[in-house]
Amino acid sequence: MELELTSPFDVAKDAVLAIQDYARLAGQSVGNFFRRPIYWGDILQQADLIGVGSLPIVVLSGLSIGALLALNSASTLQRFGGITLIGQLVSSSMVTELGPLITGLMVSGRNASGMASELGSMIVTEQIDAMRALGTDPSKKLVTPRVAATVFMLFFLTIISDLLGLFGGFAVANLLFGLDSRQYWSNAWQTLVFRDVFMGLVKPVLFGFIIASIGCYYGMSTRGGTQGVGRSTTQAVVTSSVLILVVDFFVTKAIFAMLGYR
Amino acid sequence: MSSPTLPIEDPAVANSGSSADAVVFDNVSLAFEENVVLDGVSFHLPRGETKALFGVAGSGKSTTLKLALGLLRPDSGRIFLLGQEVTSMSEQEMFELRRRVGIVFQESALFDSLKVRENVAFRLMEEHLSEEEIDRRVREALRFVELERTIDMFPSELSGGMRRRVAIARAIITQPEVLLYDSPTGGLDPVTSNTIVELIVKQRDVYKTSALMVTHRLQDAFTMATHHFDKETNKMVPLPKGQRSEVPLSFLILRDGKIIFDGDIRELAASRDPYIREYIS
Repeated sequence: MELELTSPFDVAKDAVLAIQDYARLAGQSVGNFFRRPIYWGDILQQADLIGVGSLPIVVLSGLSIGALLALNSASTLQRFGGITLIGQLVSSSMVTELGPLITGLMVSGRNASGMASELGSMIVTEQIDAMRALGTDPSKKLVTPRVAATVFMLFFLTIISDLLGLFGGFAVANLLFGLDSRQYWSNAWQTLVFRDVFMGLVKPVLFGFIIASIGCYYGMSTRGGTQGVGRSTTQAVVTSSVLILVVDFFVTKAIFAMLGYR
Repeated sequence: MSSPTLPIEDPAVANSGSSADAVVFDNVSLAFEENVVLDGVSFHLPRGETKALFGVAGSGKSTTLKLALGLLRPDSGRIFLLGQEVTSMSEQEMFELRRRVGIVFQESALFDSLKVRENVAFRLMEEHLSEEEIDRRVREALRFVELERTIDMFPSELSGGMRRRVAIARAIITQPEVLLYDSPTGGLDPVTSNTIVELIVKQRDVYKTSALMVTHRLQDAFTMATHHFDKETNKMVPLPKGQRSEVPLSFLILRDGKIIFDGDIRELAASRDPYIREYIS
């Protein structure tokens, strides 16, 4: 294979074009909600695939993160006689940060890749062209249901992950460090304020949109046969994961700026 | 092969009020970066006629079909489909027009996660027809291509020839006014190819559907030029020599992005162009 040097101008032009194409696809995915037809059946099917299908990994990761958080912080807290604060620490960390982030990354790994490979395969086998030729808008039929289902389901998956993280933390605190259950739960509950819950519920909405729109964008822009499908799949996971981390930082900063720091 | 007819309204009757061509290319050019695919291509497909597109691989035949359907946009020139200028229409406006056209892709392009029934019924399901109506029409279309038994199978369970026939059933289920075939017999054995040619001839002669057909196989086009579909025997039969000029079939040959021949079988046979002589020999 011959390697060619690409000029920085071409790289910049490609990047701008990619951002423009992504913005158009993301905008259409939302705009399609205001144009008929709306494929409710496909939205439900995707909600099942994305939401119910992701439940096992979200349950396991939520439990593990909560338990690990409690385990790692317990030794430090014990040294300062603050073991009773485990509930507070696990609760605020899970609800504001780790719950949405870990769930987002897990769902991204599972579903952004799945969307990119599925749509990419449809592109290279001309199924998307066939759909357009049959008079159906692939953006309405394929992209919007995935975006809607991911946003909706990630919201609830994150709540489940938060709760299971708290249970994981409780199991460690109670079984390994003998912390009283009432003390753990009252601490965990009382530490949460409106800002924490708000932050914890805004993030999955944004992360869900990022996962689905990036997965669909890379899928729909696949070129170059099966190798291209593989490339799109990898790029979808990497880009959505990095974007989730970047957006997480700015959302946290923005909400702190709006609603005040701890 | 004998197969039942598709009891759907005759488009020749439905279209009789219109005098416009089915497809018109007016000085169309398209290049992918440095590679010029079509260079000032102009031709027209009258309603009710089938035009066979020839050319070596990469000469722009499949691209021509995608341009006709608005799946690709030309760099310059105008394209009309059923009297509407697709080159000035938005993608959203085009969805409505595309419902009047059927296409059979080179590799069939069946939806691999849907069963044969759902593939063939795709357009009907989009139009929210009743389950009974969909079932009836899907069975009719599959009977037309003699594949009713595959209704509950997935495309991956079918052979290449069967997939191509299911793709034809999907294309004709709404009895479109124009059909676009992209190498419908490519890579198939002679028997299956003949079955598919017979289906195309049947569609041409019974339903008078206009068609653009990309093919590499000259013998398929010659079969289409020398045979017609006999409704009484329900078979494709050879035409007497004197009647062959009446077949609504023309030939178009592309070379290096330009049209080097556009005419009927007699003009093709009479051509003295060395490239065309070599091509048809």
